[in-house]
Amino acid sequence: MSSVLEGRWGYASIGDKIGAAVLQHPLGWRWLLAVIATSFGVLGFLTAIGYLFGKGVGIWGVNMPVAWGFAIANCVWWIGIGHAGTFISAVLLLLRQKWRTSINRFAEAMTLFAASMAGLFPLLHLGRPWDVYWLLPYPDSMGLWPQWRSPLIWDFFAIATYLTVSLLFWYVGLIPDLATLRDRAAKPLTRFAFALFALGWRGEARQWARHGQAYLLLAGLATPLVVSVHSVVSLDFAIGNTPGFHSTIFPPYFVAGALFSGFAMVITLAVPLRSAFGLHELITERHLENAAKVLLATGALVAYGYGAEAFMAFYGGDRYEIALQVNRWTGPYAAVYWSMIVCNVLLPQAMWWRRVRRSALLLFALSLVINLGMWMERVLIVLSSLHRDYLPSAWRVFVPTTWDWLFLVGSIATFAWLFLLFVRVLPLVSIAEMRELVHERAEGRA
Amino acid sequence: MMHLRSATAGNPAALMAEFDTADRLLEVARAAHAAGYAAEAYAPFSIEGLAEALGVERSRIAPITFVAALAGGVLGYLMQWYSAVIDRPLNVGGRPLHSWPMFIPVAFELAVLCGALAALLAFIASAGLPRLRHPLFEVPAFTRATRDRFFLVLFVDDLAAARRWFQDWSPLALHEVPR
Repeated sequence: MSSVLEGRWGYASIGDKIGAAVLQHPLGWRWLLAVIATSFGVLGFLTAIGYLFGKGVGIWGVNMPVAWGFAIANCVWWIGIGHAGTFISAVLLLLRQKWRTSINRFAEAMTLFAASMAGLFPLLHLGRPWDVYWLLPYPDSMGLWPQWRSPLIWDFFAIATYLTVSLLFWYVGLIPDLATLRDRAAKPLTRFAFALFALGWRGEARQWARHGQAYLLLAGLATPLVVSVHSVVSLDFAIGNTPGFHSTIFPPYFVAGALFSGFAMVITLAVPLRSAFGLHELITERHLENAAKVLLATGALVAYGYGAEAFMAFYGGDRYEIALQVNRWTGPYAAVYWSMIVCNVLLPQAMWWRRVRRSALLLFALSLVINLGMWMERVLIVLSSLHRDYLPSAWRVFVPTTWDWLFLVGSIATFAWLFLLFVRVLPLVSIAEMRELVHERAEGRA
Repeated sequence: MMHLRSATAGNPAALMAEFDTADRLLEVARAAHAAGYAAEAYAPFSIEGLAEALGVERSRIAPITFVAALAGGVLGYLMQWYSAVIDRPLNVGGRPLHSWPMFIPVAFELAVLCGALAALLAFIASAGLPRLRHPLFEVPAFTRATRDRFFLVLFVDDLAAARRWFQDWSPLALHEVPR
């Protein structure tokens, strides 16, 4: 088993190594090229949003009975991806797992950006997005309140809380590192920016003590969010009396799927990051292997969810549930269903072999496959459950339009663009926490 | 902020000693506290036991967070109850107006949100942040407090006595903190 920190590092050298990614800009034109490439996607996304606001949701393939299309599937997919960041930063912190240290910072950034993408889609789907503030309880002239019995309102509170708490947690963790960069930065403007956001952090014993307490408390508060946010998202479906939605297994099944797709995204980001910035000694094989093990475990839960759904349809004996299940296997979306099974259940079993868990390249490929598979799962839950209404006269197959695809690709590009900006302006590994690791190994003097 | 002011108020001078290991800093901090000095320690990462060694009192961040989370949850619940039962009763499918299980998710989210905001504010206030200007930042060597050096500052009347006291601990360097 390789270590969570390899090589010989001292307090100064590890800080310089991580800080260099921000202060020395080692990628140069390659970073710029990636930013420009993703900028086109961002522009496309903005254009699509502008067109959507002008024309309405009819530009998508949605129509009765499939009133929820890609937008809702994308929302569920993105919010699920965010969960791994919170799991790594909060749950693994409380469990004192040392392997979280070098991956928590960028995983939290991933959470923020993924949750932002997720939060956008329901708003885009509103039809009248300028009325979004109606979701808030505020004293309006009509004397109305939000409908508290609606899971969609719970969802709004859950995602808004999740975004806020994730941001606070991320920022509190960043403060000491911002101070480190403030004291290293050569350019006055850079130094000023870091100084401002570091709030004048001095590394005082009292500050460290308070910081540690607040960080643990935020971890404790974020931990229930790991479970609750995607549970609430799943209730958007499960509360509805629709075959394929109306299932008690949905909350745990969604949470397992969230961690599954989230850890896949962590690998998708970690593998290119460590080779781009030469972080192989910080993000070691041990991290990849542990993430792969989490994928195996959560993948098993997801597979159990698929099995339980099918079993309950027949065991429950409800003819609509049975028809839906058979439809998923043989109906118009059968290809999506079986591709999903291949991506989420069959191929990930390769990770039982240590050689696969230790191969960055294979894990990267598998993580892309799982991301794709989890997206198909979200699409399947939304589409296949809706496309057969109780009356055959109301049946309709959803076919995505170009705009549907543009919103998906645009959100991925925007996520990547935000992430590229993040690795350029903020340390992608926690310097202060890595120094604690160095300290534990020996008093570093490098 | 408060503590540094109070610690320095009676003591006109401050002397800073520089060390290169965390264990050394911990040792000196314990000795300084035992000797009755008003002392503060600075390190590039969190050192277990350092705050205790200096006799830093426990903070109230945890109880503040707890109370705020509780208040957020209770008030969030009451808001839903008031709006659904008193202010605008709506009959939705014959459900009871006070359908309490449906009020739990929003109350829970508001509890977490208020708790997290309170934890952040309590941390910032009790850590004396934000404070962008500070006498310590005037010491050039202090930039290494966020890098690889460990500092102990004594707030004293008599600089010479503090210098003598530090000699026993063989610091890498001694710096006077400008007033």
